[in-house]
Amino acid sequence: MGRISEAFHQAKEANRSAFIAYLTGGFPDEASFLDKAMSILEDADLLEIGLPYSDPLGDGPTIQKSSEQVLAQGMTTAKTFELISKLREKTEKPLLLMTYYNPIYCYKGGEAAFLKKLKEAGADGVILPDLPPDQADTLIPLARAEDVDTVFLVAPTSTPERLELVTKACRGFIYAVSVTGVTGARAALPQDVPDLVRRTKAISDLPVAVGFGVSGYDTAKPIADVADGVVVGSALIKTIAENGDLKALTREIARACKR
Amino acid sequence: MLFPQPNEKGRFGIYGGRYVPETLIPALDELAKAYSEIALSDDFQAEFHHYLKTYVGRPSLLYYAENLSKYCGGAKIYFKREDLNHTGAHKINNAIGQALLAKKMGKKRFIAETGAGQHGVASATAAALFGLHCTVYMGEEDVRRQALNVYRMKLLGATVSPVSSGTKTLKDATNEAIRDWVTNVRDTFYIIGSVIGPHPYPMMTRDFQSVIGFETMKQLELAEGRSVPDAVVACVGGGSNAIGIFAPYAYLPENERPKLIGVEAAGHGLETGAHSASISAGKRGVLHGSLMYLMSNDDGQISPAHSVSAGLDYPGVGPEHSFYADERMANYVAVKDEEALLGFKKLSEIEGIIPALESSHAVHYVMQLAPTMRKDQVIVVNLSGRGDKDVTEAMRVMSLMEANNGKN
Repeated sequence: MGRISEAFHQAKEANRSAFIAYLTGGFPDEASFLDKAMSILEDADLLEIGLPYSDPLGDGPTIQKSSEQVLAQGMTTAKTFELISKLREKTEKPLLLMTYYNPIYCYKGGEAAFLKKLKEAGADGVILPDLPPDQADTLIPLARAEDVDTVFLVAPTSTPERLELVTKACRGFIYAVSVTGVTGARAALPQDVPDLVRRTKAISDLPVAVGFGVSGYDTAKPIADVADGVVVGSALIKTIAENGDLKALTREIARACKR
Repeated sequence: MLFPQPNEKGRFGIYGGRYVPETLIPALDELAKAYSEIALSDDFQAEFHHYLKTYVGRPSLLYYAENLSKYCGGAKIYFKREDLNHTGAHKINNAIGQALLAKKMGKKRFIAETGAGQHGVASATAAALFGLHCTVYMGEEDVRRQALNVYRMKLLGATVSPVSSGTKTLKDATNEAIRDWVTNVRDTFYIIGSVIGPHPYPMMTRDFQSVIGFETMKQLELAEGRSVPDAVVACVGGGSNAIGIFAPYAYLPENERPKLIGVEAAGHGLETGAHSASISAGKRGVLHGSLMYLMSNDDGQISPAHSVSAGLDYPGVGPEHSFYADERMANYVAVKDEEALLGFKKLSEIEGIIPALESSHAVHYVMQLAPTMRKDQVIVVNLSGRGDKDVTEAMRVMSLMEANNGKN
């Protein structure tokens, strides 16, 4: 069993939903990224590291700004891989890279070299917000060969045919998007989250994690009640950017994940 | 299907595709289905062409530029006068087509991105005509450069939403429009203004714009006794006006095909990096939903584009142009800001036609090309828009250039 499957399995055994945290690579700066990530991982079960990108069209203002900031500070793909390596030396928890497709496409050596490097750095999976599985016919077998889990997204608008296609292409877990929209903390979540989770679980045995819009206990709790994982990103970034109490937030989310 | 490309996967060769969040895929499937079932029907086409005739003012003229031809001393130069369309550019052809389709699909709201503002104005116009609301995303830098068009859009009842992220130009306006669409996908129709975006957009926009090329064939037949000129020249940013005039010629057998020449914006010069010449100086990559030639660094971070003309100021180029370039179905060249300004001035002085700064790139190129050709040869230039919107910006840039030249 890979680290990702194992983490979901352990959370389930403990009657919890897994807490999946997102942090933009190199945010707020290269030096403090590792400390922030390790602090978050005291409460979170898995960590998504975002590869900063110039044109993150699936992201709301919070993650956009964090990407712009770290790119201006000189973050690169190579440095993101280095940060993953350093994290891997410190933790056995699952690490995933969340990246738009162009940095993979443009990487020297293409998809194969990118996935190989990602694996070498110690990552367990890759999340692909703008690469639907029908555009990933070359990437998926390469990821399987490198033993990198592929996480694709299902959305409230997904038809039964799309759910079938996406869930079959996933390995590790399935990422369900809670809202039609971009990433970003919201005060409340739409009513149809349980329905999407139910529809997804009906056709797949993989864990289903729900993300987009989780801002704290009140938004995390209803998701934790129905899904195998809760993804939190923008709220963490915002707290770090504003020098807020990061520990209090991660503890609050971890508490909400208990059933 | 009007043309042999794209294939059933929405690709022109390797280019195109659908690199967008999953949330949008069902909407793109719905759109592709509606496009083939509704928009390609005889009824829809009749209604579309009715609006083109009675509202846009088509067919646009094919004008023999006798003065410019004599001045250049070579091939006969014709201009396809898209600048004479209602709203002043070719963008209205596609906006009417997509808006009419949206109405048939029961969509309640339009969104659009715009660079120079011409597509924004065209979309706002179509929204006014069909009684729907339109929100137009426009980079802050372009809001400044194209103040006249911002006011026109507001007058037409549209909401102009300035975009302050990234480079604050067309690329970022497109990101923001896509974010709006992901959020409001259930009732919103995104009118994309160029031959970019996920399938079926590049195909759909091309088909609506191909009226330019089909008219040119008929008009040239009347004027010259042949429907195929020796060369066709058009400016290329995302590439919609160029595809509009190229496509009907591009798929002719190679020995019957005219030279198709797309003119990209070389900005301050290709060697400076400050340009928008994705084919001439870019490489393959994915932006706004499709694989195409674009400008990015080794890490795949999109590079800021530059052009004096806001409509060409885009770091990518449509997937069909990328395909034409690889297959050598068309050639792509690049013209600098200052050269475009020379074209802008010359056409105004010699023919009494003030071209858009975008089209001025094609004008400058044809002035270099015509003298190398015989007098019995014929070139058609797509004059994609009129220059009224550019007068202030052109004055500003030309006075800067004169000041700099004075120093040297």
